[in-house]
Amino acid sequence: MIQFNNVGKRYPGGREGLSGIELHIKAGEMVFLTGHSGAGKSTLLKLTTLIERSSYGQVIVNGKNLTSMKRRQIPYLRRDVGVIFQNHKLLYDRTVFDNVALPLVIAGHNHLEIQRRVRAALDKVGLLEMERRYPVMLSGGEQQRVGIARAVVNKPPLLLADEPTGNLDPQLSEEIMQLFEQFSQFGVTVLIASHDLDLISRLGYRILTLDHGRLVGDVPQASN
Amino acid sequence: MAFRSKKSTETQSKERTLADKRGRGASATVVGIKGAIRAYLLIHLQAVIFSLGQIRRSPASSLMTIAVIGIALALPSGLHLVLKNIQDVSAGWDSASQVSLFLKKDLSDSAVKKLANRLREMREIEEVVEINPQRALQEFRQISDFGDALNTLQENPFPTVLIVEPASSHSAPAAVEALLLRLKIMSGVELAQLDMEWLQRWYALMEIIKRAVLVLAVLLSLAVLLIIGNTIRLAIQSRREEIEVQKLIGATDAFIRRPFIYSGIWHGLIGAFIAFVLINTAVWMLDDSVKQLSQLYGSDFSLHSMSLAISVLLLLMGILLGYLGARLSVGHHLRDIEPR
Repeated sequence: MIQFNNVGKRYPGGREGLSGIELHIKAGEMVFLTGHSGAGKSTLLKLTTLIERSSYGQVIVNGKNLTSMKRRQIPYLRRDVGVIFQNHKLLYDRTVFDNVALPLVIAGHNHLEIQRRVRAALDKVGLLEMERRYPVMLSGGEQQRVGIARAVVNKPPLLLADEPTGNLDPQLSEEIMQLFEQFSQFGVTVLIASHDLDLISRLGYRILTLDHGRLVGDVPQASN
Repeated sequence: MAFRSKKSTETQSKERTLADKRGRGASATVVGIKGAIRAYLLIHLQAVIFSLGQIRRSPASSLMTIAVIGIALALPSGLHLVLKNIQDVSAGWDSASQVSLFLKKDLSDSAVKKLANRLREMREIEEVVEINPQRALQEFRQISDFGDALNTLQENPFPTVLIVEPASSHSAPAAVEALLLRLKIMSGVELAQLDMEWLQRWYALMEIIKRAVLVLAVLLSLAVLLIIGNTIRLAIQSRREEIEVQKLIGATDAFIRRPFIYSGIWHGLIGAFIAFVLINTAVWMLDDSVKQLSQLYGSDFSLHSMSLAISVLLLLMGILLGYLGARLSVGHHLRDIEPR
């Protein structure tokens, strides 16, 4: 699902965001990405959705070679990748329903289909009764779950999350992780960047560790 | 079709195959040509309504901008209307452009008659009136104080004059001018004179004013273009975050562009409508006093309001300017906004 072949990212001014990354994540896998601040976790996720382009090497996502992808093809790549952000990136002048509906509106689904799918997604994250509210009326954990609903409403085969539990207390974090586990069980590939080592090592999935832009650890899933 | 098959497999094998089914991505949303057209119209309708809602949400600032657009459009269209009315008034003057033919003094009466008849047969000419020297002398005596002086003259100083009135199909200044040249070189004609040369000057003046209105229209259209462009630029900037989020979740440039373009079109259209209302209000307010004035001149002239064609043209112009203004702005500023 995700393949990095000797990928590097150099920023203007010479700083190396990533260097020599070799990585392969199979479809349906659930993988954590960890490392200190500035180790390159966010950069790796950005390369996967073409928010940034690699300086060298080859990135393949969902069978598409991102290195040669043209600008106008990028939206169609992103529709197949659900992204969850630490700061949610919700639209605060729209209701929860409208926020979650956005990917479907963009993809041009009809009204009934949108209603059905948004309700299903909100039901999944346990916010069905909040659909008429605005994001500011929700707690941080609830806002994050709206972000997750929006990321999965289009049923993408790949889900990326950048510090999804960064601002949440341990119990809420646990709940969010359980959601991701459920999606993973449905066959969705999940890649989560997190520095909450306690939590992720307890869950026992494959863990990738970055250090100063290099991949220094790849602990496979604990067999249980 | 794609939807139906997807739904049925979904119910059969539940969510286990969910991921690989979604792997087809955007192509799964196409439901034949009819469905594609429907979807296309739907997203445009959404953008049309959404952009109108945006204007409604900030009525004060939107209305101010639209009013400026309206006034800018009303100026040239209003002047055009004034020009049109003046032309209508002066159209009646065309028939006054007669040509006076002063004939040679040694021409016999029968030669004068022959010439007059020849002129009457020309299709450019409506009517020929002969003024013989005796009549001219009499008239002159009546209206001037030189009666006594004229008595001392041994012979009648007046030549025979033929007043030639061009046919209405040949009363345009250029046609009259051509006629004048032809008449000048006819035998027996001493002098041919256009009575209303000032009419030509009037037409020349009107032509200048017409051009000036055109220049004004171009300049003000440019101003409207810039106003709309700037309005859309501000709208883009104030919704920067939203645009970033939309790009992040797979919105195409066209999708993001659409509401802004329609917003520009709304601004132009509503602005043009305001111009339409302004002009018609002005016509309505002026009409009574114009009627009074024209009655004093024994005319039943009243102001014409905008014709349907011109009104439609004005609205179309508003739409076009709105579209172009938004298009310029959007092309320029949307590319700068990329998610970080």
